[in-house]
Amino acid sequence: MRIQSLEMSGISKAFGAVQANRGISLRLSGGEVLGLLGENGAGKTTLMKILYGLLPADEGTIRINGEPVRFHSPRDAIARGIGMVHQHFMLVQNHTVAENVALGFPEAPFFFPAREVARRIQEFSRRYGLAVNPRARIWQLSAGEQQRVEIIKALLAGADLLILDEPTSVLTPREAEELFAVLRRMSTEGHSLIFISHKLEEILSICDRVVVLRRGEVAGAAAAREMDKRELARLMVGREIIFNLSRKSLEPGPVVLEVENLTVAGDRKAAAVRGVSFRVHRNEILGIAGVSGNGQRELVEAITGLRRPAGGSVRLNGEDVTGASARVTASKGIAHVPEERIRFGIVPNLFVYENSVLKQHRSRLFSRGMFLNYGSIRAHAARLVKDFSIAAPSLNTPVRALSGGNIQKLILGREISGEPALLVAAHPTYGLDVGATEYIRRQLLELRERGTALLLVSEDLEEIFELADRVAVLFNGRLMGIVPTAEATMEQIGLMMAGIFPAEGDAS
Amino acid sequence: MEKILLSVAVRTLVAGTPLLLGTLGEILAERSGVLNLGVEGMMAIGAVSGYLAALGSGSPWLGLAVALAAGMAISVIHAFVSVTLKANQVVSGLALTMLGLGAASLLGKPFIGRPLPVKLEAVRIPVLADIPYLGPVLFSRDAVFYISVLLGLVFAFLLARTRWGIEVRSVGENPAAADAAGVSVSGRRYLCTLAGGALAGLAGGYLSLVYSNSWMEGMTGGRGWIVIALTIFALWRPGRAFLGAYLFGVIFVLQYLLQPLGIPPNLLGMMPYLATLAVLVAGGLRADHRQLAAPTALGEPFSK
Amino acid sequence: MRLRLESLPAPSSGRKLAVLALSLLAGFAAMSIVFAANRVNPLFALKEILLRSFGSLYGLKETVTKAIPLILIGSGLTLAFRARFWNIGAESQLLLGAMAATWVGLTWGGRLSAAAILPAMFAAGFLAGAAWGLIPALLKVRFAVNEVISTLMLNYVAAELLTLLITGPWRGASQRGFPYTEPLAAAAKLPLLPGTRIHYLTLGIALAAAALLYLAIYTTKFGYELRVIGENPEAARYAGIDFLRTSVVLMVVSGGLAGLAGVGEVAGIHHRLTYPGVISAGYGFTAIIVAWLAKLNPLGAVVSGLLFAGILVGGDAIQISLGLPAATVQVFNGVLLFFLIMGDFFITRRVKIVRPA
Repeated sequence: MRIQSLEMSGISKAFGAVQANRGISLRLSGGEVLGLLGENGAGKTTLMKILYGLLPADEGTIRINGEPVRFHSPRDAIARGIGMVHQHFMLVQNHTVAENVALGFPEAPFFFPAREVARRIQEFSRRYGLAVNPRARIWQLSAGEQQRVEIIKALLAGADLLILDEPTSVLTPREAEELFAVLRRMSTEGHSLIFISHKLEEILSICDRVVVLRRGEVAGAAAAREMDKRELARLMVGREIIFNLSRKSLEPGPVVLEVENLTVAGDRKAAAVRGVSFRVHRNEILGIAGVSGNGQRELVEAITGLRRPAGGSVRLNGEDVTGASARVTASKGIAHVPEERIRFGIVPNLFVYENSVLKQHRSRLFSRGMFLNYGSIRAHAARLVKDFSIAAPSLNTPVRALSGGNIQKLILGREISGEPALLVAAHPTYGLDVGATEYIRRQLLELRERGTALLLVSEDLEEIFELADRVAVLFNGRLMGIVPTAEATMEQIGLMMAGIFPAEGDAS
Repeated sequence: MEKILLSVAVRTLVAGTPLLLGTLGEILAERSGVLNLGVEGMMAIGAVSGYLAALGSGSPWLGLAVALAAGMAISVIHAFVSVTLKANQVVSGLALTMLGLGAASLLGKPFIGRPLPVKLEAVRIPVLADIPYLGPVLFSRDAVFYISVLLGLVFAFLLARTRWGIEVRSVGENPAAADAAGVSVSGRRYLCTLAGGALAGLAGGYLSLVYSNSWMEGMTGGRGWIVIALTIFALWRPGRAFLGAYLFGVIFVLQYLLQPLGIPPNLLGMMPYLATLAVLVAGGLRADHRQLAAPTALGEPFSK
Repeated sequence: MRLRLESLPAPSSGRKLAVLALSLLAGFAAMSIVFAANRVNPLFALKEILLRSFGSLYGLKETVTKAIPLILIGSGLTLAFRARFWNIGAESQLLLGAMAATWVGLTWGGRLSAAAILPAMFAAGFLAGAAWGLIPALLKVRFAVNEVISTLMLNYVAAELLTLLITGPWRGASQRGFPYTEPLAAAAKLPLLPGTRIHYLTLGIALAAAALLYLAIYTTKFGYELRVIGENPEAARYAGIDFLRTSVVLMVVSGGLAGLAGVGEVAGIHHRLTYPGVISAGYGFTAIIVAWLAKLNPLGAVVSGLLFAGILVGGDAIQISLGLPAATVQVFNGVLLFFLIMGDFFITRRVKIVRPA
């Protein structure tokens, strides 16, 4: 039965001391596209997890077509016609598309489910324009194709209302356009859509109505055509978010990092990075744009010593550091703010002061012979906490008790405290709230002024344009071109991200 | 000469059957993401309880059933600690092994060396058993042998070609994805761990009831650990478990065969353990291959 | 009414201690079942264990004697376990140490003075245990071989090796066909505290080792890297920490200490080699619980080592006097370890009873 109306009233949810949702109410009619806008941590994902049955609400009711419903698990929500396409795909990498779709698909036969599912997938592909090979393994697919699998999963399970959580965060601009076309088609067929995003442009372009969340509460709701970006931004943050960051124009200094014809193998693929060459100068930020999965991770690992290149060379201030270990590159002055900060950048169970020297513990500042000088380590940690405004209950708190933003500040502070020659920052503001994001970006710009060379890898084009002097695009392991950000256009970058070489472009 | 070969073949199958049962069970548990290092303890409990039940009742079948149940009962503890309490699975398994070996020793003490007056008879499969050479070896074995082979084939099919198999494998690869699809992660993990425990218990029962027809201290002799190694060797596929199980069956049999050659029995005694190391080293040479075959979420507790 | 779990990211030391104590109590309570099944009053059994091990002078001496190998091995294991290197092979590392010491003692014991032979035996024992412990470390780093299985397999191999030696080339001519080596010469026997069986040199080494390891973990670079590897191996890789070097060092230390325990057993207690089960007496496995109970703190291992030695001594005593089977202690070890793990759960989580509004 189609969902003509959805009503969530007074939804509240707390995790320990944190109130993620507070008295949230929203309404949706059949065939409508509702945008759910809010910055990171506003409570959008929690609210949708409650709607999808992944979490129970502490208070509040949900009504579908006027009748109250209670979801104890996604199975209930799916049975009632609600589907969810997650931001981080819930796909099993080693399995085929058909096997992933068959998982949790109530009508899949017990014996040989993959066959029947493959047939249905072909059907759906035709109807909605979602082309995907049922026999391919997930790890072989691009992010856009994986997302199609998620959408097919939801539709096959009978989703009438589809929740999409930050769907374009992993897509190139062109793939995002293709997705919007699919969504519009679904909307005309009567499906309702809830579109979660923090990107104002997209919300305004695809949604009929918008609900803005801020700190767990509804900050405002209206039809999309009645709103503009500034207003939405204000509702989202409570103040005008125009980052007051100014990038001073500086003369780039001598070459610090020189990468020549670098080839790096991936975990499964033969070559994740193919013959990439570029240079980064002092007082310069080079941005590497491109959707994740095009070789950025392998490139960063090769430069920071976590992965051996198969060919080519890496030089730091003229010295050959190709294939050097992480220990050596760190000692030579390459600092690294890793993506997935909790997984790679800190040791969650150790204390704040112990994490403040994770890579620097061998330096003479903090050690004498075999022994660590905890006195100087604590002093160093105290300085970091003060200089970077890190909110930590004490130096002896396990670092996992800190918020994401504070953890990132600690990592950044730790890495730049040695005035490194080169800082490699991978997705440094991912998942951080506006305040922390602004802070980190300001720090990176100041570092650039002080003379460090920076290599910034980011999927956020806004960030790249704000911070970087020049931008390079990685597609399928190849460098598609390097252009000064002052002269580049979104269209140009978008084309490069989709694998199309620009008409002009210089690799300096 | 051929008589010797046939006898060796038969004894290999008998020696390999408990290994096959144990490996199949461990593959199931690990595929669902639970690392069960308590197999040795479960086997021991299965061996002693099967023996005692058979001794008391006079029925080997009851003995086997009790062995199976005992193994399953103990694995409930491991499932609870690993899945519900989300504790360290390695230490839990070790504790279970100590517990199982100790308890088995306690229970079996008064009966050491007492032979069982009952035996599991061989079941002849008509027509097939008359095939020259192969017939008497393959088709005139005890019922548990047939069951183990059947189980291997059934598990292989279940895991690869049914929806249940996809669900179990997904739970072991990406439990968050399975959970989001409405599959009960703890439910599947409990089921597979219990099945693993049941098969480990049955394997132990087979050891005391068929392989050696009595109870002795340390009867399991590290077979539980060998099973865990064989699971890796089989790349977590039931089909490949046959290869490892019977290969080690041969090794156990060779221990006795080579004795008359004058090789010190202790050197022969080392064979299964050195072979296990060799098997693991060989697997490690293609480490990337093995890494890709291991269930991604193996040994990691799942929280929403 | 519902139960809700709350997460505590930074539990206090008081809470940790309380949970530990409760886990121990729960373990004892569970053991009551075994006692009751053997028609023994559990409280009486408990009282007897405590009296026989700590309640008499004789008991105390025996407890300290048995604590020596437990402290040696246990403190070494705290090092290995912190890096998540599951060394289950301490039994065989002990045996290798015992074999090496016996070889040195039998070969030169009659010709050298105690001042020369004893250090040589200790050195040989340490090296042999370290070498044996190095094998699984190299196998893991080179071939990604699971160390639980490799250390266990080596246990069996070492036991066979020892049995081979004592029934073959090392069988003492004077032993009338029994599987013993010749007894060690007087110079090769460790001096004991008068009136006891405490081989105090080994005890001193054990206590010194525990203290040194504690310092190593909390004040050296190596200790820091060890803790990082154990808590977050991916961050360790990011930080450029060398897994190979760390694994080698910790297994050399852990294996070597177990080897020293073996020297102590042979040169201090048995004065000759005999069956593996007699020499190692399950110390390698009991030490696992000693280390775990000590929360992987080497100084804590001194306390938990004494506690477990008491349980072993008391257990031996009541086994004889009350007729309980020998494997009871092994069962107890397993039960206790279980309750310790289950207890760990409650250190970082609090159960709250929620009444609907």
